[in-house]
Amino acid sequence: MSNAPREKFDNTVVEWVDSRLPIFTMMKNEYGVFPTPRNFNWFWNFGAIAMFMLITMIATGIVLAMHYTADTKLAFDSVERIMRDVNGGWLIRYIHMNGASFFFIAVYIHIFRGMYYGSYKAPRELLWILGVIIFLLMMATAFIGYVLPWGQMSLWGATVITNLFSAIPFVGESIVTLLWGGFSIDNPTLTRFFALHYLLPFVIVGVVLLHIWALHVTGSNNPLGLEPKSKKDTLPFHPYYTSKDFFGIIVFIIFYAIFIFYMPDALGHPDNYIPANPLVTPPHIVPEWYFLPFYAILRAVTFNMNIYMLAGLGLLAVFMVEFIWRHKPKYLNGFLGFLLLVLGSGLAVFGLLADLNQGWEIPMSAANLAPISAKFGGVLAMFGSIGLLVILPWLDNHPIRSARFRPLFRIFMIIFTISVFILGYAGSQAADKVYFMEFNNTMLAQIFTGFYFMFFLIILPLLSRFEKGRELPKSINEAVLSKAQKAGA
Amino acid sequence: MFVRNILSAIIISVAPVSSVLAAGGDTPPIPSQDWSFSGPFGTYDKAALQRGYKIYREVCASCHSMKRVRFRNLEALGYNEDQIKAIAAEYSVEDGPNEDGDMFERAALPSDAFISPFPNDNAAKAANGGAFPPDLSLMTKARANGSNYVHALMTGYKDKLPHGVELSDGQYWNTYFTGNKIAMAPPLMDESISYEDGTIETLDQYAKDISHFLTWAADPYMEERKRTGFKVILFLLIFAGVMYGVKRRIWSNIH
Ligand code: HEC
Ligand code: HEM
Repeated sequence: MSNAPREKFDNTVVEWVDSRLPIFTMMKNEYGVFPTPRNFNWFWNFGAIAMFMLITMIATGIVLAMHYTADTKLAFDSVERIMRDVNGGWLIRYIHMNGASFFFIAVYIHIFRGMYYGSYKAPRELLWILGVIIFLLMMATAFIGYVLPWGQMSLWGATVITNLFSAIPFVGESIVTLLWGGFSIDNPTLTRFFALHYLLPFVIVGVVLLHIWALHVTGSNNPLGLEPKSKKDTLPFHPYYTSKDFFGIIVFIIFYAIFIFYMPDALGHPDNYIPANPLVTPPHIVPEWYFLPFYAILRAVTFNMNIYMLAGLGLLAVFMVEFIWRHKPKYLNGFLGFLLLVLGSGLAVFGLLADLNQGWEIPMSAANLAPISAKFGGVLAMFGSIGLLVILPWLDNHPIRSARFRPLFRIFMIIFTISVFILGYAGSQAADKVYFMEFNNTMLAQIFTGFYFMFFLIILPLLSRFEKGRELPKSINEAVLSKAQKAGA
Repeated sequence: MFVRNILSAIIISVAPVSSVLAAGGDTPPIPSQDWSFSGPFGTYDKAALQRGYKIYREVCASCHSMKRVRFRNLEALGYNEDQIKAIAAEYSVEDGPNEDGDMFERAALPSDAFISPFPNDNAAKAANGGAFPPDLSLMTKARANGSNYVHALMTGYKDKLPHGVELSDGQYWNTYFTGNKIAMAPPLMDESISYEDGTIETLDQYAKDISHFLTWAADPYMEERKRTGFKVILFLLIFAGVMYGVKRRIWSNIH
């Protein structure tokens, strides 16, 4: 995509094509000689691995679609026929089924990498946001795909999730009717889900192409978070990173294959081998593992948001923007800031207590004036938790990218990662499971949901303002050489 | 609206209900058995499969269908083509319509699925006091720890009820069934089925054999899957080793 004059190819056929459509030149520039930081670690393999998984899902999905029947009376049987009567059908299905999980594993590691090494920071904000969009599309695709085999979890998972949309004020009911294609989950729901499940992966392909395009404009980040300054800092993508990516993909496939061949159903739920039955509710409805942290956040909001809480949070937000994020307040002075802080936290805490103690005699009863119900609040929190990823580049505007040179950020990033795992665990357990004394699973989810939001909205802005950070090396090359010397000595 | 209200009611009640069942179900952990099919190199034991099939045919089949298994699949149990034809021919199925437009009965063929005991689900319920005997083709996949569960269920009946428990008509107490009250009478007991191969005729052995058979029925390609997996992973390991060498070679002139 550069304007440099095109170099001729020796092969006449290639040259004939390339002089009319410079596709070979493009491949050479973008994948052959493309200058890539020389210091990638293994975390940089997961983009290529995710790409491999996307192709695997589409290839196996198309074969499944040849044998699948989107009809509530036939869907379950058609999947079992794939398992029993189609040649190699069991293999194709197990590749697709476990592929969804391994796709998410790859993407979660990929996202972690981006956060830990600050890849979302300027000039890569748009590249990052395109990644979050891919993640959202994947979630939609996987959720819809899980409905297709029409087992008990398919039906009841779909029931729980689609019902969430009814909490949206004014338009909620219409959205649910549109999703269902009627007034309950039935055949029209299944047929439209199948159509969408076929469509969305190709939309993902489109967004992935934009993602890669944006990547090739800014170039890759790297574990040091430094921009390459000279030729010494980079290597041509081929053969250095083609060989490294290839090796990484094979190692990843080994883990993937262990699941496909030796524990193909370990990541699924046994209830999905029971045909869907609208009259029998499974005792324990849980989503697929990759949704569990978000499911925990959804269920953590068990209280209404009344006007006191909303007002309090609003004041606190103004404080954060003026005094922390802007570095120098633009509109307010120190005294007003102090007032905002006290008033904001006071109102928020008062509102929460008022909601928990409905008997309180307070002006404008909290129960009457709760613009955001617990259910809608849960939905907002769930989508908000991903929305925060979209604005992450502006929540953290610290000039240093990599956690290697930001000891405090590094510690909080590790705690954050652990708390996402804990949220995942909370999502898998019954809401009122008791751990000790009065402490139950909902409280566990609430504490770590609180931390999740605090990490983005309070800790990151505070750190970007106050964390000093360590001294950066002069260049990538210098850092690599001094490390090699140390290792040699 | 009506449907929506019901659904919201269900959604609201789901969370509490699930924990009540999880906490109040009172089912102890399911004991693990030694299975020839467990582990990465596990295979089915054909003799056990044949004994299990005998139990299914003689006992379970009077209530439970197995619609997803075909007679020709019995080849995996070690039967030859003629034996399978003979087994199938013991059953009759309705076929048709013929050229005159009439339905007719014919002997089952190897390509037919196992014959269901009841014409439809309602008939199955009606004959079982309102409880539906589920299809067994996928049973061991449809329950957590399925193979051990079926064994535990078969051997988990208790005559002596815990204090204060009452059963209504047609209910039995089973240690491992969720909620403990099951509408299936104990289907097996010592010496209720005769084995021709000299295997001991105990409840425990019957339970192992029927569970072995049901595991095969739910997962007929298990042996092929594990065999393929071994080859695939061996190949991948070698390939990974080679690729690692290639990568090292390419990178050897850097730093
Ligand atoms: C007299 C009829 C009858 C016979 C014979 C019978 N069952 Fe059942 N079975 C039932 C009924 C009815 C249920 C449903 C029980 C309920 O839901 O309470 C059931 C349920 C089951 C279940 C499901 C339990 C669960 O977790 O939901 C299994 C497994 C099972 N039977 C296995 C067998 C096996 C194996 C045999 C043969 C050895 C057998 N049954 C013989 C009537 C029968
Ligand atoms: C982004 C990529 C994709 C993801 C994350 C994804 C995810 C899933 C999931 C989780 C299931 C349920 C698995 C099960 O329990 O059986 C599923 C099933 C299915 N998918 Fe996909 N899928 C993707 C791409 C595709 C594509 C491109 C197609 C077709 C063109 C497809 C066709 C199907 C079909 C037919 C089923 C139902 C059969 C079955 O359940 O095995 N998928 N998908």
